[in-house]
Amino acid sequence: MKQDDHPKPRRNVELALLLLALAVAIGAKVLVGITLEEEIDSRYWVAGGSLAALSLAFHLVLRLRAKYADPFILPIAVTLNGLGIAMIHRLDLTPAYAGVAPRQVLWTAVSMVAAMVLLWVLRDHRRLRAITYISLVVSVILLFLPMLPGIGREEFGARIWVQIGPLNFQPSEMAKITLAIFFAGFLANNRDLILLAGKKIGPMTFPRLQDLAPLFLAWLVALGVLIVQNDLGNALMFFGLFVAVIYVATSRFSWIAIGGVLVAAGAALAYGFVPHFRQRVEIWLNAFDQDIYDREIGGSHQLVQGMFGLANGGLTGTGLGSGSPHIVALANSDMIVAAFGEELGFIGLAAMLLLYLLLFSRYMRAGIGTRDSFGKLLATGFAVILVLQVFVVVGGITRVIPMSGLVSPFLAAGGSALLANWIIVALVLLISHAARRPIVVGPMVNTSGAGASGTEDPLRSRETGEQSPVDSTATTPAVTGGEHR
Amino acid sequence: MNRAIRHTWLVSVAMFLTLLAALSLIQVAFASDLNNDSRNARQVIQDYGAPRGPITVDGTPIAESVESDPESPYEYQRVYHDAEVYSGITGFYSTFGGSASGIERAMDEYLTGRSDAQFFDRMTSLVTGETMEGAQVELTLDPELQHYAYDLLPDDMLGTIIVTDVTTGEVIVMASKPSYNTNLLATHDSEEFNENIGDLEDAENIDPYGFRAVNRPIPPGSTFKLIDTVAMLESGDYEPDTELENPNEIDLPQSENTLENFGLGNCHQRSEAEFTWIFAQSCNTPFATAAMEMGEDPILEVAERFRWNEPLAIPIHVTESRFPTGMADSELAYASIGQFDVTATPLQMNMTAAAIGNNGTMMRPQLVDTVRGSDLQILDAPEPEVLNEVMEPETAADITEMMVATTEEGTGWRADVSGYDVATKTGTAEIGDGSDMVNSWITGFAPADDPQYAVTVVYERTELSRGSQLSGEHFAAILQAVMAE
Repeated sequence: MKQDDHPKPRRNVELALLLLALAVAIGAKVLVGITLEEEIDSRYWVAGGSLAALSLAFHLVLRLRAKYADPFILPIAVTLNGLGIAMIHRLDLTPAYAGVAPRQVLWTAVSMVAAMVLLWVLRDHRRLRAITYISLVVSVILLFLPMLPGIGREEFGARIWVQIGPLNFQPSEMAKITLAIFFAGFLANNRDLILLAGKKIGPMTFPRLQDLAPLFLAWLVALGVLIVQNDLGNALMFFGLFVAVIYVATSRFSWIAIGGVLVAAGAALAYGFVPHFRQRVEIWLNAFDQDIYDREIGGSHQLVQGMFGLANGGLTGTGLGSGSPHIVALANSDMIVAAFGEELGFIGLAAMLLLYLLLFSRYMRAGIGTRDSFGKLLATGFAVILVLQVFVVVGGITRVIPMSGLVSPFLAAGGSALLANWIIVALVLLISHAARRPIVVGPMVNTSGAGASGTEDPLRSRETGEQSPVDSTATTPAVTGGEHR
Repeated sequence: MNRAIRHTWLVSVAMFLTLLAALSLIQVAFASDLNNDSRNARQVIQDYGAPRGPITVDGTPIAESVESDPESPYEYQRVYHDAEVYSGITGFYSTFGGSASGIERAMDEYLTGRSDAQFFDRMTSLVTGETMEGAQVELTLDPELQHYAYDLLPDDMLGTIIVTDVTTGEVIVMASKPSYNTNLLATHDSEEFNENIGDLEDAENIDPYGFRAVNRPIPPGSTFKLIDTVAMLESGDYEPDTELENPNEIDLPQSENTLENFGLGNCHQRSEAEFTWIFAQSCNTPFATAAMEMGEDPILEVAERFRWNEPLAIPIHVTESRFPTGMADSELAYASIGQFDVTATPLQMNMTAAAIGNNGTMMRPQLVDTVRGSDLQILDAPEPEVLNEVMEPETAADITEMMVATTEEGTGWRADVSGYDVATKTGTAEIGDGSDMVNSWITGFAPADDPQYAVTVVYERTELSRGSQLSGEHFAAILQAVMAE
């Protein structure tokens, strides 16, 4: 093993990209100010300066605590977060909104500090495995918190808010994280059992009925969320998350098939019994119908105006500050993607989608790289959460699927979502650090086989699953190179 | 597990590609459909985001866009100067429904800068980032004469005065009363707009969407005898000196009705007279008899040559004047004296006189002189355009003489001025609602030996004596004013 094989920390790459990200983020906001003939005064420099300071502090924390972490994740998150602030600020300058951007800047600061603290304190993501079942309990509490009388609050037909004093909070955003931890922990513990048993029918191996129980449970929880809280987006996301993670845990396609059937069944049930959902489907299919467009409540006005905005942007966009994105209801939260589409055009929005694509790819890369199955499942879970959120939001706006109220990660106004996404960033950075740092391998482990460096799933080449996953930290240290980055 | 993560990644990428495809459909492929949707307010907002071009007379704006007050959602406010004097011509431009009438509507593409001729301006402004101004539309109207004509019209009457250049078709004066203030409809406040448009729509004799001079065909009475005369002279059976029978009253076939000469005129003096005398005194029975002898077809054919039964754009929309088909003889008799279902707009009668004065060549009336881009280069300058060759020059010369006789010794005596001969034809049309009210017409041109201007004055729903007095006197007044220029 040569010294050169040591992975490089690549923190300098991160720093360079971070400076670029800050230039884009702060530049976008200043451009808005110039276009709308605002005075570029201290407010701009304070907000921009705080974003820069927080980003550089985050960078320093990584240098100190996770120096092998993925160098792309932080710059991408900062870019998206900064663009979001710029657009929210731009919408504040229309008659429709006021004072949202400073709040978003504040929440960004809170979220990034929380993420840094978590990074500093947690040090190793595997410690989360210990709270697998606590996470389940917390998830259920969080999901049903809005149902509590007194603090639960309904907005736009969905009961997903909790209000304590002046603080509004959307607990389902945090539940994404705790559920992902639970799924990853539960499946990392039980995957052998689920893998071993099963009946082969045709090319597919189907799991035993009792192993299916958790899947059904997840499905019921998702349906419960949907029916009780009228929250289509989160229902879809939780269930999609579970199906994806169980598929990754078992590599069995049958889970996807069963999941697909359950989604279809759930959709059919919801269509029959949840008026809110039926309305959404109706809007989706007949958005341009004048009757549906004119409906006071539950009409397609928002969707259609969003599409007008996108079309107005065309290929190149109107330019930041030159469109009319405020016509669309909820332009700075649920519909912020339409606002970007209008002012940055197809080219700008496509670039932002590619940033998301890059971001979830890095999340998954961290999952592929890390040695422990818990980390793999957790990273993939977080990636799937990101993918589903973006797909549900952008798909809803572009009429690929019925619209539902999810927020675009990092972009949309809203503190809870921002906090949740930054915590996910911290956790994935930890996982990627674990994946890329030089590891220690015990002498008991076969160092010449497929699982030599602990980088590959030992079960991959042994479908029988005789060998349990390698716990690489438990043994005497020996340095080996990681060939993955 | 890593293979499953890679599969998950592939599926995620496929989902993102779906989003990109949907976005490209909305933002590029179907963008123009969406942009043209009537529910899309963005076009209006964009038009208001850049200054709309001014409408000018003699270089002075009568409609222009100025920066609006900061509370307005739009950047520019349309302001009309001498609004009442020009309301029918400029029309109004509203944020609620776009350019609704007049030049604002007809020249919308130039005024907003969307015309093909302004393509390079648009590209330049895209690159330089400067707001692009719409083109300036200079009208053919003479502001002093327009004001003079407008002030001439009594406030308590429904009147129209039109003056056009016989050889070019340029409209020099086009004034109507009652009028309204177009600024009332340029408001950015929706409540105010709805209230104002409601008031105007309720007000009697005011139509914000139409202009009395061009959009309100009414019975033309004896002025329609110009068309009969063309048909009679062309038939070869009649010459200006042909002796015609002139009974005071004729019985109409297959009907109990009779048709009489006008009691107060000179017709009863002669029971037989030359065609020219009959024309000058405007006796009804000889025309009705001739019409029934010729039949409907030749008169219809001449009328349609003069553009009856066909709308026109000058470039504001001109409603078609009607000459019905398939009439019984008794109906044809009344149609020949401009009654029954025959209608004409004031402009139609002006065009008729102008074509006679122009040796039988009918020019297209034109309101637009030049269209200039923001850098004052000429984008469009309509050339005089022949609309139709409506009769032989000899026929035109014969009718000119008959029209001069009308002024010298007939019903058009009030239009007689010193210095040159004036050719006229008067008309008094019963409204047919049983009241004593009539439409008083006079249309003609001068000087008869070298025709320059066609003048038409109409008073609708007026008492006979007041109407014929004012129409004749105002004809003379405006003619003298125009000739003095």
